[in-house]
Amino acid sequence: MNQTTAIQYADNKGNNTWKFFINELKPKTKIFTAFNIITLPIILLGLGIIVYRFMYGLGSVTNLTQEMPWGIWKAFNVVVGVAMAGGAYVLVFITHVLHLKKYNPILKVAVLNGLLAYIFYSFALILELGRPLDIFNVIIGNDYGVSSILFLVAWHFMLYILCLMLEFSPSVAEWLNARKTYKFLAGITLVAVVFGITLSVLHQAGIGGLFMLAKGKVHPLWYNQYMPLMFVIQSVFGGLALVIALVTLCWKIFAYQLDETYRKAKDPILVGLAGICALSMFSYFFMHVIIFAHEKNWVYMGTGWGWWYLLEMIPFVVVPMFMFLYGFKLKNIRLINIAAVLTLVGIILNRMNTSLIAYNIDAPIRYVPTIWEIIVSISVILIQIWVFRWIVLRMPVLRKSPDWAKGAH
Amino acid sequence: MSLNRRTFFKFWGVAGAALAFGKSLEAAPASDDGVELMGVLYDASRCVGCQTCEFACADSHNMEFPEDGPSTDIKRSLDPTKRTVVNWYNLPDGSEGYSKKQCMHCNEPACFTACLTQALYKTKEGPVVWREDKCMGCRFCMISCPFEIPKAEYDNNNPRIVKCNMCYHKWADSERPACVNDCPYDALMFGTRRELLDEARKRMLENPDTYHPHIYGEKEAGGTSWLVISPVPVEQIGFNNKIQLKSYPTLTKGFVSSIAPVDLLLPAFLLGLYEATKVRTQNTEEEEL
Ligand code: SF4
Ligand code: SF4
Repeated sequence: MNQTTAIQYADNKGNNTWKFFINELKPKTKIFTAFNIITLPIILLGLGIIVYRFMYGLGSVTNLTQEMPWGIWKAFNVVVGVAMAGGAYVLVFITHVLHLKKYNPILKVAVLNGLLAYIFYSFALILELGRPLDIFNVIIGNDYGVSSILFLVAWHFMLYILCLMLEFSPSVAEWLNARKTYKFLAGITLVAVVFGITLSVLHQAGIGGLFMLAKGKVHPLWYNQYMPLMFVIQSVFGGLALVIALVTLCWKIFAYQLDETYRKAKDPILVGLAGICALSMFSYFFMHVIIFAHEKNWVYMGTGWGWWYLLEMIPFVVVPMFMFLYGFKLKNIRLINIAAVLTLVGIILNRMNTSLIAYNIDAPIRYVPTIWEIIVSISVILIQIWVFRWIVLRMPVLRKSPDWAKGAH
Repeated sequence: MSLNRRTFFKFWGVAGAALAFGKSLEAAPASDDGVELMGVLYDASRCVGCQTCEFACADSHNMEFPEDGPSTDIKRSLDPTKRTVVNWYNLPDGSEGYSKKQCMHCNEPACFTACLTQALYKTKEGPVVWREDKCMGCRFCMISCPFEIPKAEYDNNNPRIVKCNMCYHKWADSERPACVNDCPYDALMFGTRRELLDEARKRMLENPDTYHPHIYGEKEAGGTSWLVISPVPVEQIGFNNKIQLKSYPTLTKGFVSSIAPVDLLLPAFLLGLYEATKVRTQNTEEEEL
């Protein structure tokens, strides 16, 4: 994603939407960048593996076992990934519900990231379904498993993607110069916002709730009754940590798209987000301490799992928590950036532990993903980055909205 | 983008529907009171590990016959080609023990609660069956089952979930489960769950030396249709004895039933917050965190 040449992008001035759209499909930047040359082969290989998987079944490319029915596509791309999409609802809450306008410049990036994240996580989810065509049973089926957390997760998931689409849709309308549609879409944003936040919170909680049924399988250091709540709090600081990293990267790579006010707005915004991260991480850590004491979990401390748990908690929760705090107080962006990266590692560790590493530890055969599974996992994320770039290069995400759309938000 | 009274009431309408919908979530997935739960009693003291039940099971479900047999060093586990397995154990007191494993057909099955399409379905008579046309292959049933029973066919691009169905497909012809039918040593008995519990207690009372006083499945996971009695504590013959006694759906019941109220209340709360902060930002130009 390296390019520094300044290119300005026009909105659809001529109002011939179809011609404009076809034209916009063409690449906007140099094709042979280092990023493209490295990632394209991986993506192609990944797509090939996916085709193979649908022809010959999950067993043909994965190492899934009967004791470990969910592999890294679910653990990494879905369970971990959903936390990283949390930034969207948190920022929507801050800007739309609390009216903190200061954060507006990064709102669209966060929403776009959330939207793409969710689309690609559902894609990864379908990859792991044994009978993907039967997914429609959940939507049209006459036997709703309404007591199933997965059912509730699925519905909240689907409806939330719809809300995210609505929340992002004004930018698409701006791009296509569809002024009437824009007005309509901007008008219903509040509905999408209010339901979006609700659906998102419950969906985040539901992912944690999935593992509540696996009592006795998830190691006690990671299993507790408060998993839904823990997962929601994680999605706040995990989502924001990703937004911090994303904004930092975008402000560098797409600097030429930003206007002066947006460029200046970045640092105060990151400092503010660091404050929220520090606060939510503190409540997360505090909950861990209470649960730890209450469940008398110190009995596991002599074991390898105890050390593994401490490795997750100290360098990747407590340390970044203080870094965020000092970054907030000293307005130190570098500190905040490092804290964001550590936090993300912590989230990955915690969720991978819950769903994979500390899951069913007595199983006779441990699941280790195949190289094919890993390539597919990475490909899914790379395609997401490609699509993200495609959109940022075309629609007003980092750029300001065209003049006619100003003030309508 | 202003909030008027009409949109506000629309929210409540939709959310109210969600709450009404939520009510049905709380109904426990237990069997109807009118029909007695059926089940099987497995008496490990009579089992000799002859594998007849395995062959009968394979025959009843048109599956390949097993090629391996019980041995003391390798513990065989269920897999997509076996709905039941028999294992052979060296017991701590020097004697030998056998055990047969299959779905326990829980009274309130975790798999049923987990399954989002009700492909895994608790019949009112007791057996928990899998329905091919509904399953989407998410394998959440495998995650949730405390006995680790459902198995998935990974080598199939339209995989089935394989597990014991208590030969429910034959009940219409008033046939008993094939394993019960064919067991030459009378180690398996078919009947109502109530009769089986009585029978188990009777056997223990009459031969107190033969049995370890514990009916596995009476309370485990909230009670199961399949019951096990054995001369030794069941963990010595490969049963998981760390299963909680409350049913597994109770683990998530509180959470599941809280979802609908949250769906209802959170939007209202957010709208309130929206209105409240709108006033504030009009008064103060400067916004802070
Ligand atoms: S033993 Fe497992 S598969 Fe069988 S009914 Fe109980 S939860 Fe379902
Ligand atoms: S794999 Fe099939 S039977 Fe199992 S929970 Fe998913 S949909 Fe239900």
